[in-house]
Amino acid sequence: MNWNWLNRNTDQILTWLVQHIWLAAVPTVLGLLLALPLGAIAFRYRWSYTVLITLAGLLYTIPSLALFVVLPGLLGTRILDPINVVIALTLYTLALLVRVVADALDSVSPLVRQSAVAMGYRPLRSLITVQLPLAIPVIGAGLRVAAVSNVSLVSVAALLGIPQLGQLFTTGFQLNFFTPIIAGIVLCLLVAAVFDGLIQLAVRFSTPWERAVKRR
Amino acid sequence: MISFQSVSKVYPDGTPAVEDLTIEIPTGEITVFVGPSGCGKTTSLRMINRMIEPTGGAVLIDGKDTRSIDAPALRRGIGYVIQNAGLFPHRTVLDNVATVPVLKGQSRRAARAAAGELLARVGLDSAMGGRYPAQLSGGQQQRVGVARALAADPPVMLMDEPFSAVDPVVREQLQDELIRLQAELGKTIVFVTHDIDEAVKLGDGIAVFAVGGRLAQYASPAEVLSRPADDFVADFVGRDRGYRALSFTAAGDLPLHDEHTVVLGRPVPADLAPPDATVDKPYWVLVVDGDRQPRGWVDVRELPAGRVVTVGDLVLGGSLAGPTSSLRTALDAALSSPSGRGVAVDEDGRVIGTVAAQEVLAAIEVARAVTPASFSPEDRSEQPAKRKQGSEPATSAAVPS
Repeated sequence: MNWNWLNRNTDQILTWLVQHIWLAAVPTVLGLLLALPLGAIAFRYRWSYTVLITLAGLLYTIPSLALFVVLPGLLGTRILDPINVVIALTLYTLALLVRVVADALDSVSPLVRQSAVAMGYRPLRSLITVQLPLAIPVIGAGLRVAAVSNVSLVSVAALLGIPQLGQLFTTGFQLNFFTPIIAGIVLCLLVAAVFDGLIQLAVRFSTPWERAVKRR
Repeated sequence: MISFQSVSKVYPDGTPAVEDLTIEIPTGEITVFVGPSGCGKTTSLRMINRMIEPTGGAVLIDGKDTRSIDAPALRRGIGYVIQNAGLFPHRTVLDNVATVPVLKGQSRRAARAAAGELLARVGLDSAMGGRYPAQLSGGQQQRVGVARALAADPPVMLMDEPFSAVDPVVREQLQDELIRLQAELGKTIVFVTHDIDEAVKLGDGIAVFAVGGRLAQYASPAEVLSRPADDFVADFVGRDRGYRALSFTAAGDLPLHDEHTVVLGRPVPADLAPPDATVDKPYWVLVVDGDRQPRGWVDVRELPAGRVVTVGDLVLGGSLAGPTSSLRTALDAALSSPSGRGVAVDEDGRVIGTVAAQEVLAAIEVARAVTPASFSPEDRSEQPAKRKQGSEPATSAAVPS
């Protein structure tokens, strides 16, 4: 490790770190927000489940680099615009979470669903106030996978020159110099760990009944 | 009044669940739908609040076709107790009970306050209000389920096998409490069960469903037991039906016999010796405690006069006959007692004498001469003396050890 190099470039690395966090976090949140209604539709209408899940699966198989390159052409954005990365990763998150949300809603006990109908809930209110809260632990588990995978996918965008921690890998590779590569790996791991921890905390605080059961 | 008018339900795959059902469910009474699984009893229940839509016919509540009412609004006006309570796991007990009032637009605070009062009504400690359903026992969850159904004070309550998942002791308590609550509230209750004993115990009227959704008989419990409409009903109510039917005849004035008693913890009096000590037959004497409540029996041949009677000497007695008992209870008291004499107690549980099995049988013969009137929903209120309020308080209370 060349600590001098790190010291000299601290400001640059911190800028990349902040940029990296934004580029990974925004698509995770946007993807979740889009996946909730789409997943609910897939859960509610059987015919749409197959269609949506198949589309999501296909979307996920498109290589990220290809998507980063193609999107500017499709959207009319500049190739270096970070918005391309945000959109691409939002699509991946969405593809991953549609199925998770649909299956999580499906995992809620049929007895509880029937109970909501019998009490006089309308479908939307039951979905939002009964089924969705009960689906949080399963959705949370899927979201952790999506968030961590976004952190690693962002670095691919370095090949296009979009500034974030991925730049440490291209730099290290070009200079045949390991310090930035190791720094990049460590910082990516840290960001992923923080995301993972934050999601776990959020799930924990939004599902107090789960803890009450364990305490019993 | 809830009326089913030629209601049928055929599932899309062609399976008939309910076939041309016509039935009138009277207001303010408990009507039980009973039958084996697959007989359409739950389907019929759910057609009342439109959780299942009929494929033919109409369901009317107080003359109004339920199809003319918005389904969620209809359901908020009808209490529903689902199997295994079906509570919302993510809400506290209080919020579960407050569900329907909040759906109807009441403020959460007011609904919670009312929910707290309801908890006491169904026999729960108000401290339970802050717990989650998973922290309660099955019986407690079921009570919360009943409180939730009652929260908006609906005139009609639907109960779908509500007590099937709890153990027999708790089930009996819940049944007794339902009877007590119903005496206070006078709801129109439709209760689904596959247990004929539960149906007989709770129902003012019983509708027996046969497989395929055919209504086999609709009558009072006494009539279903004493005069099954067909072989299916006879078979379904089971081989003990003659014995069960005795529940509906009050024991009335069975002759009571004085019984020699000894007090637990006191010596056996000298004058209690068997009249003929050479006969090889137990000579049973009833043991009571200081309050004259029965504790068990002792065979005084084994206890010399002057010996102190201890708990270890007791042969536990059987069930007790109380002041409002039926012939079934009286007969069971006699049959389950080691001496063959059934212990009768007053309201406070004090011994007032014993009844003999052959005299109960004689009373059955007398009761048989008076045949029950044929049943129709209109004349149900004129049915002969039946349990309900304070039903046979000591039916199965064994003499405590």
